[in-house]
Amino acid sequence: MSAAENCDLHTIVVLVENKSGVLARIAGLFSRRGFNIESLAVAPTDDERFSRITIVVDVSSTSIDQVVKQLDKLINVLEIRELDPATSVERELLMVTVSAPTPESRREIIDLVQIFDAQVLNVGFDQLMVSVAGSPRRLDDFEALLGRYGIAEMQRTGKIALSELAKVDPSA
Amino acid sequence: MQMNGAQAVLKALEHEGVDTVFGMPGGAILPVYDPLIESSIRHILVRHEQGAGHMASGYAHATGRPGVAVVTSGPAATNMVTPLLDAYMDSIPMVCITGQVALPAIGTDAFQEADTTGITMSATKHNYLVTDVNDIPQVIHDAFHLATTGRPGPVLVDIPKDLVLPTAELEWYAPTGHDLPGYDPIMDGDPAAIAEAARMICEAERPVIYSGGGILRSRAAEVLLELAEMTDIPVVTTLMNRGGFPDDHKLCLGMPGMHGNYTAVMAMQEADLLIALGARFDDRVTGDRGSFAPDAKVIHVDIDPAELGKVRHAHVPIAGDAKSIIAGLNGAIRSLGGGDAQPDRTSWRTTISGWQEKYPLTYDEHKPGDRLKPQAVVEQLRDNTPDDTIVVAGVGQHQMWASQYWKFNHPYTWINSGGLGTMGYAVPAAIGAQVGQPDRMVWAVDGDGCFQMTCQELTTAALEKIPVKIAILNNSYLGMVRQWQELFYDERYSETHLHTLPDFKMMAESMGCVGFRVDSPEEVEATIQKANEVDDRPVVIDFRTLEDEKVYPMVPAGASNSDLLVDPSQREG
Repeated sequence: MSAAENCDLHTIVVLVENKSGVLARIAGLFSRRGFNIESLAVAPTDDERFSRITIVVDVSSTSIDQVVKQLDKLINVLEIRELDPATSVERELLMVTVSAPTPESRREIIDLVQIFDAQVLNVGFDQLMVSVAGSPRRLDDFEALLGRYGIAEMQRTGKIALSELAKVDPSA
Repeated sequence: MQMNGAQAVLKALEHEGVDTVFGMPGGAILPVYDPLIESSIRHILVRHEQGAGHMASGYAHATGRPGVAVVTSGPAATNMVTPLLDAYMDSIPMVCITGQVALPAIGTDAFQEADTTGITMSATKHNYLVTDVNDIPQVIHDAFHLATTGRPGPVLVDIPKDLVLPTAELEWYAPTGHDLPGYDPIMDGDPAAIAEAARMICEAERPVIYSGGGILRSRAAEVLLELAEMTDIPVVTTLMNRGGFPDDHKLCLGMPGMHGNYTAVMAMQEADLLIALGARFDDRVTGDRGSFAPDAKVIHVDIDPAELGKVRHAHVPIAGDAKSIIAGLNGAIRSLGGGDAQPDRTSWRTTISGWQEKYPLTYDEHKPGDRLKPQAVVEQLRDNTPDDTIVVAGVGQHQMWASQYWKFNHPYTWINSGGLGTMGYAVPAAIGAQVGQPDRMVWAVDGDGCFQMTCQELTTAALEKIPVKIAILNNSYLGMVRQWQELFYDERYSETHLHTLPDFKMMAESMGCVGFRVDSPEEVEATIQKANEVDDRPVVIDFRTLEDEKVYPMVPAGASNSDLLVDPSQREG
């Protein structure tokens, strides 16, 4: 089962004060309470006083309710939202260096790059470095398809997510 | 007003109403100790920083005001970790100020440098590393606010030395608000949930009130008494809430849990409704979780939403302050018709009184030639001290006997280390309690193992003329561990014998205390009376107690509470 299909994985978005040590508090809380982080992405928001952290948490051995409530006890945490995959927009970035020693393999990889709306970032004499952004599920597929050529190095960012926007004006 | 950082630290403490701090100076905190000479704040100079932390905790327990400890960087800060975690586990309001190496030296492995905020992150409710001298008034103001509101707890403020040097100047300001956008504790319970809880209470056939330390923290003893009396529902008082409901009340069933009263344990097991008020379903209360109170629905009131559902599913979870919620509950029950709106509970009352009659707390009579019975010593202490005596315990057998055999009829008369189980807590915590309540009698009931961990603080107490009294139940063993070895390890006593050394009477005298040693039952009362008369220095009584005495009842670790072992004299067959 790929990470994207695992229903024990929940996405929570945590708005925190942008102060030193906040990430350590969150990481420390997870390790102390035995919560498992699948991925974590953090960056300042448009308001420099706050950062937004997207955490994918594995709740197979704990309850998401406890994760949210314990996080909420951290003084620097302002807001926690659990995002339902069905009503949120998720994105992740993947960078991968893949073997491409022959003209055929190079062409096939470039075909995949076009199909997936990916980009060739760097070209070596026997390797290609490519990147793709998209839903984690899509990245799983891309990664699997490149696997047969031989992946030399790969890095994924962990996903970030926002709630889907309303399609109907509720006041209308 | 222009001042330096050190003066601002003291001014900020004074601004918070602090009258006493417990501490010890050292390199990084040294500048703060200079203006202390002119300050109105009393400083109690400890012998070990752990002592300062537990004294602050004892002071907070006894007064309801935050306890304050001030120590230096590095090893002093690491010595503070145990008291901080102890206070965190028991929700005790405390503020600890630690010195830190100068800002430019942080991260260089400087002399006496420790990553204090990193180390204490999981031992505090929150902590701060101050990086700007102008922040000192605000950070200390916020620290006291965090320590004393919501679920109380310890807060640490780490201050680099260069911010408290005379050259570090600031314009003093009295902070008015708080800069805590992520902190907003829930106080008032959801009225709909309170109404639902009231309805459940009025329908329950076999309800029990499970009252925990939150009752004392939220100063809710009076509304709890009102709830119990209006509904005629029996109350168990956890180790953290002994005294939060009077032991001499007919509805009081005493302490539940691993060494609880038979009736308190069984009433919870058989209940159809547990009304948990400021309690957290600790493993020492529940025993094996799966078989704990199997038929009970749960109303759970706690100020910390994370406690609701953490261990046990709550049918009606109510987040908020216990006092305000219980008051709301009392109103809601009254509007349903009060006590009369409930089913006839004669059979439940009969069951409970049957248990009380059949399984009271008990122990064997003293046999001539034996060492003292520890339970009897506790009973004689209880009977020869004022009703409002503050009792402080360490951790182990002596703690359980003190909790079981004392009669706690007033809130804030019982102080102990419940959650963390910190051996050595009693002596410094008793000193802190006595400082906070100078007009009350304070007795520590301690074990010989515990006593040896922190007894050096008796020198502190002697010099400060703090007349705290220490009763050591000296059975020459790490008694609780020995009990487990006897019962579960085939009497293989691995490393629990302490050999009745040192001589505690001589040791007490060498530290400026009055020392007594009691070997026979006839001397117990007279010696307690002599100790009670001492009011200008600490007193230590070394009671030589029976080594193989065990704490009963007992739920073996991992067993169901229904398999409680009662005293051998009460066992059938």
